[in-house]
Amino acid sequence: MQLFPMTAKGIESRRRGQVLVGPIDLTLDGTGACVVVGPNGAGKTTLLRLLHGTARLSAGQINWACPTDEARHHQGFVFQRPVMLRRTVLQNLIYPLRLRGVPLAQARDRARDWAARVGLADMLDRAAPVLSGGEQQKLALARALISEPKVLFLDEPCAALDGRATREIEEILTHAKSTGTRLILSTHDMGQARRLADQVLFLLGGRIHESGPAETFFNRPETPQARAFLRGDIVE
Amino acid sequence: MVDLWSGLAQAFWLVVTLDAELVEIALRSLRVTLSALAVACVIALPLAAFVAVKRFRARRFVIAILNALMGLPPVVVGLVVYVFLSRSGPLGVMGLLFTPTAMIIAQTIIIVPLIASIAHQSIRDLWQEYHDLLISMNVTQGQKIRTLLWDCRRALLTAALAGFGRAIGEVGAIMIVGGNIDHATRVLTTAIALETGKGEFALALALGFVLIGLAVAVNLAIHWLGRTEREGGW
Ligand SMILES: Nc1ncnc2c1ncn2[C@@H]1O[C@H](COP(=O)(O)OP(=O)(O)OP(=O)(O)O)[C@@H](O)[C@H]1O
Ligand SMILES: [Mg+2]
Repeated sequence: MQLFPMTAKGIESRRRGQVLVGPIDLTLDGTGACVVVGPNGAGKTTLLRLLHGTARLSAGQINWACPTDEARHHQGFVFQRPVMLRRTVLQNLIYPLRLRGVPLAQARDRARDWAARVGLADMLDRAAPVLSGGEQQKLALARALISEPKVLFLDEPCAALDGRATREIEEILTHAKSTGTRLILSTHDMGQARRLADQVLFLLGGRIHESGPAETFFNRPETPQARAFLRGDIVE
Repeated sequence: MVDLWSGLAQAFWLVVTLDAELVEIALRSLRVTLSALAVACVIALPLAAFVAVKRFRARRFVIAILNALMGLPPVVVGLVVYVFLSRSGPLGVMGLLFTPTAMIIAQTIIIVPLIASIAHQSIRDLWQEYHDLLISMNVTQGQKIRTLLWDCRRALLTAALAGFGRAIGEVGAIMIVGGNIDHATRVLTTAIALETGKGEFALALALGFVLIGLAVAVNLAIHWLGRTEREGGW
């Protein structure tokens, strides 16, 4: 099953006649990490949700290399504020597998494996909602990766985490990337963007202001706004 | 006062010796109410989940109806069920009037709105919490409802207990449709009404003790469930 290339043509999100995001044209191929950066309210979250299909398109269309239903099946999404099922850690991890009809015993084995990978191995029977913020984020990440999605969207996955938790999550992401999972993540952490990104989308006012390979964007940004943003100045 | 004290003593004696008549009536009460509860849950819980997650035009209307029905006077329910089941009524041929089945029907009608209302509230809260995640995981409608019902199970149990408490203590409706027939449709509440009327305080009080015991047990259980829900982090 091939998801990429994905093309978005003229996609827009409007609310009460006001354009929040778009129009955006975008083509994504199937490897590496695409990092979405931009100031608050630039439309990063909205763009990710549009691409993932959980926000309604007001205009334009998104085409995956396969039927959209199929594509949805191979995507995962990690929210900025993780949503925990009111169950144990183990049951949270099993959940997406059971949805896909994986037998219970096999699902348990995979859940234990993933819990170990994200360092939650000794919390399997703890209620997920009482985990700390960082642990919840790691659990959300493992729960998204356990069904082996071909694309993983992450909306500021490390926004509330300390340096160590951020590093651990970045390691997991780097590993996922190396095993062929396409990452599309938004972040405010330029250090993280530099460490993870292969491509960068710089959003401003709901549109893609500049995009390109990470190396080019970080070292030789073309537009004055991108230069100001990278310096940490206020972008007008 | 003497009456009361001797009545209390006799009542106590009836309870501890497991008086045959008392046990029979108490068991019938439990059977009727538990049956009604089971039927009511099967109707109310999926209904509550459906109303909580599905957007349809009559949604607000259904919720308003449920809330209004919650305050329905049991006597009126009894009357309506009576009319339907009476010999000349639309369901008269089934011969259900003055049977435990008629009482189960009446109690079910009384507690379905109560259970559905309480359940709807907590399922809707949980749905708000889970919405983005479940949509993102692309769950089917059935998977969504099953997930919500399962993760709401403590709140649903509370709803069910509230329904049980209301049904077991209800007298007006089952008196009308059951007829309080000895060895057939006599239950705790109707027996208390009868024995009190006859001046048989001992049996009435003993029955009352059992009823109070059940009510206290149910309320303790609700309280305990509510506490574990908060402490468990869910
Ligand atoms: N449901 C909504 N109704 C109205 N406006 C909305 C809605 N969702 C988003 N917006 C607006 O759309 C714009 C883009 O929001 P979005 O959340 O995508 O920004 P963002 O880049 O993710 O910002 P942040 O960095 O703060 O997370 C904002 O101006 C926001 O107020
Ligand atoms: Mg955002």
